[in-house]
Amino acid sequence: MNSVQGAAPTSDLTSASYHDDHLLHRLYALQQQFQHIPASSIGALAAELCLPLAQVEAVIDFYSFFHRTARGRVDLLFSNCTSCGDLSLMHDLCQRLGVVPEQTRADGAVSIGEASCIGMCDQGPALLANGRTLTQLTPLRLEQIAERIEASTPIEQWPAEWFHVHDNVRKNGLLLGTTFSTGSALVAALEKGAQTMLDEIIASGLRGRGGAGFSTGMKWKFCREATGDAHYVVCNADEGEPGTFKDRILLSSHAHAVFEGMTLCGYVIGAKKGYMYLRGEYRYMLPELLAVLERRRKLKLLGTAILGQSDFDFEIEIIVGAGAYICGEESALIESMEQKGGVPRVRPPFPVTQGFLAQPTVVNNVETLAAAAHIAVHGGGWFNAHGSDKSDGSKILSVSGDCTTPGVYEYPFGTSIQRILDDCGAEHVQAIQVGGPSGTLIAPAEFERKLAFEDLATGGSFMIYGAQRDLLHVIQNFAHFFAHESCGFCTPCRVGTTLLKNGVDKIATGHGTQYDVDELRRMAALVKRRSHCGLGQTAPNPILDLLQRFPQAFEDRLVHSDFEPHFDLDKSLQEARRLTHRDDAEAHL
Amino acid sequence: MRKVRVATTSLAGCFGCHMSFLDMDERLVGLLEHIEFSRSPINDIKHCEPCDIGLVEGALCNADNVHVLREFRQNCKILIAVGACAINGGVPAMRNHFTLEECLNEAFLDEIGVDNPHIPNDVEIPLLLSKVHPLHEVVHVDYYLPGCPPPADAFVKIITDLLEGKEPSLPREILHYD
Amino acid sequence: MSKTIKIDGVDVPFEDGQTIMDAALAADIYIPHLCHKPGLSPHGSCKLCTVDVDGRAVSSCTMPASEGQQIANNTPALKEVRKTIIQMLFIEGNHLCPSCEKTGDCTLQALAYHHDMLDGHFPQFYPRRNVDASHPTLIIDRDRCILCELCVRASREVDGKNVFAIAGRGIKRQLIVNSPSGKLADSDIETEDLASHICPVGAILIKDHGYEVPIGRRTFDLHSIAETDLEQVILKKTVHHDA
Repeated sequence: MNSVQGAAPTSDLTSASYHDDHLLHRLYALQQQFQHIPASSIGALAAELCLPLAQVEAVIDFYSFFHRTARGRVDLLFSNCTSCGDLSLMHDLCQRLGVVPEQTRADGAVSIGEASCIGMCDQGPALLANGRTLTQLTPLRLEQIAERIEASTPIEQWPAEWFHVHDNVRKNGLLLGTTFSTGSALVAALEKGAQTMLDEIIASGLRGRGGAGFSTGMKWKFCREATGDAHYVVCNADEGEPGTFKDRILLSSHAHAVFEGMTLCGYVIGAKKGYMYLRGEYRYMLPELLAVLERRRKLKLLGTAILGQSDFDFEIEIIVGAGAYICGEESALIESMEQKGGVPRVRPPFPVTQGFLAQPTVVNNVETLAAAAHIAVHGGGWFNAHGSDKSDGSKILSVSGDCTTPGVYEYPFGTSIQRILDDCGAEHVQAIQVGGPSGTLIAPAEFERKLAFEDLATGGSFMIYGAQRDLLHVIQNFAHFFAHESCGFCTPCRVGTTLLKNGVDKIATGHGTQYDVDELRRMAALVKRRSHCGLGQTAPNPILDLLQRFPQAFEDRLVHSDFEPHFDLDKSLQEARRLTHRDDAEAHL
Repeated sequence: MRKVRVATTSLAGCFGCHMSFLDMDERLVGLLEHIEFSRSPINDIKHCEPCDIGLVEGALCNADNVHVLREFRQNCKILIAVGACAINGGVPAMRNHFTLEECLNEAFLDEIGVDNPHIPNDVEIPLLLSKVHPLHEVVHVDYYLPGCPPPADAFVKIITDLLEGKEPSLPREILHYD
Repeated sequence: MSKTIKIDGVDVPFEDGQTIMDAALAADIYIPHLCHKPGLSPHGSCKLCTVDVDGRAVSSCTMPASEGQQIANNTPALKEVRKTIIQMLFIEGNHLCPSCEKTGDCTLQALAYHHDMLDGHFPQFYPRRNVDASHPTLIIDRDRCILCELCVRASREVDGKNVFAIAGRGIKRQLIVNSPSGKLADSDIETEDLASHICPVGAILIKDHGYEVPIGRRTFDLHSIAETDLEQVILKKTVHHDA
């Protein structure tokens, strides 16, 4: 099934499951209306939402999709992901339209900038146009876009097929290949009771599909046992790891299973409220998701007295993010739900005992919840009959990069990397980034390794790099990504990701020496080991992996001198040359 | 025995470190038994000859600073960054708050009482770097002597240690950045 | 018998609910720290108090002490890690000690002395940040802010106000004031507030009192932050490392 984005702007969308009184939603509406958050609106907004002024200010500055100064009436954000991005297209369009990147054109018609991976890696290059997704960009399409911008044609009147997002499911497995009958998991749960259902989930061996791999059943158990005024279920639909888009398919074509997994979890842990935190890049799916929730309400699968059970109430609300990779970290996600910047919390305490509003909270990945719904119907044995020793069931992969058929593939755990490459038509593969930039970069010698928590774990990203790719350039992209996405809370990550970025830039631009490589290695080790959360702890992985597996990628670029300056000396005189109108020999370094 | 040759210079600095160097007072006399000076404001030699030790005060604010620093690095076996400006830009780096254009406009165009306003552009005047930088961003630095200025005792200690072939060190009580 | 943890081989007693830092402070064992202050909720952001617990890196100010933890604290490797973190704090801001009236009383500077830091090691970021001198008795110089959030917490937890917050993301994070104009003068902060005095660096200063004690006779001119570091300072640029 494919989805077409509705033409109606979602800013004035109201629903039982999308609340206008959430700060992120209000800021989104302001951004849509005024192309920025007018300073004059902030005081009233803070007062209305009963939030400290500084909290509103802090949130505006934290999320990438909010701006202090006006973006263009058409604001184009090109993905800068190695799979769904192509910045050469961006630069071409900038030239065509007379736009400087990240600067609004003087007439206010257009602004063009970058966004971190927008989850369209199977159908890139892609961009967000006022938050709506355009895929499969070509020079011709950009020409057409440019014409419409110059003709002041509103985005709502651009051809609907431009906004088409394909599912691209290439290989069905345990979850995608099993029909889910809406309501069946809840019927099963009511038959068996919460405790038995919990035991079933534990017995299934299901582990978190976001990448960390904690036992889902145990998480539910800890939360169920924790005391609090209320319990909450949170579906983490903030898949922001570059190269990941498998949740997109679950949300667009299997939303009932996902919502049912949430409701099931609510039943097991005794929660009456669930939240789906949807990444801002997937806002185009919001109307359809809300419609699914409405259908579930009508089917008595949501709301009060679910399936006629008087003590089974459960509501689901959707909160939409605004461009912050860090919010995929569960405690940062909870902070964001609480209308704050996404800064990961100190742990312990863990969300299962003190999560949303300091109450016991389960945060599960989209795929985990869908799997739980299936397990409720078919039993833990059905699930763990598949997979490897320590990794039960299947994994849905987002395969992208240099292959003939990028898309979604589902495999039992234990499948070899080579098998996946064969299936997606990848030849002359130089390297694969398994699990996205925070995962592992592997070389051909490792292609017989297995997809499994005990071998190569992945939240779903599987980016293939062919022989012609410049791996140092790829790693440079990742270093920029992490520096851009670091929340800035702790010193090692805040400063370290920028130092790593600068270090890789220096080498990649041909100004690095062996000293710079050694510095990079040491800083990478420090950031990895001393950072506060998973972002910092994994941000150096691509650099360390490349150093270990492809040292030549660095060595080929090195200058063979003892020391190279840390900045471009001659460029540093450029401003003075301009101001003095000098260009003599002494005016250069 | 050949004397150890020392060169000193001040880049974007205030010569305060040199003043502190001279504060070694009578101890200088003893030192001169063992050292001699190449380029230094003390003797007005214009270029750095091959040396054992180079002491560089001040930050890098213009093209000439870069040339001088490179000459020192090429000619000195041991290069020592002396004082706050050489180490992190110090007071000269406070201009990094502004663009170079803002600085020059303020000084040569907009300031009250400016006669015949223009930004000097004689080829004899070294061009300014867009930002002030510490030494270690442009050349490899062997040792650091912090302080604004480092006390005379610190100069005595680092030079004596080097003369004795020891790894130079400071007693903790004379390590300070101000 | 009370429960104990082991810090660098020394048995240190603790009570349930104490962090490793709490237990260490109670036992007079110095673990370097910057964003931590007893009486305020632990924060765990500066990472200077990083220690290795059974081989794993944790922040001692936030990690609960638990029976039998083997903690490495005062080791050469950790000293290097901490020095590097201090250098990172120095180069991301504009820490020009000679022109700062907090010099000699600055915790960041004292920690740098304690860790034998001679230079920033990394290229300077030289960010352009704003000064807020609007308040009659206080000044904010963001050049020196290290984002420790002591003022944020002191205002909320002790002063019963909410004067400060941190805005923005990543390297653009900055201290902001919770007032309609964003200026300190429009906030309800008072000179007597803990938040006015708690800044460990020279980012929040009381006006007109900066030079009552001459430079050279200030706290860290006379005392070490740990009062235990009496060795010589090697002047060679050292490499930083972590394992």
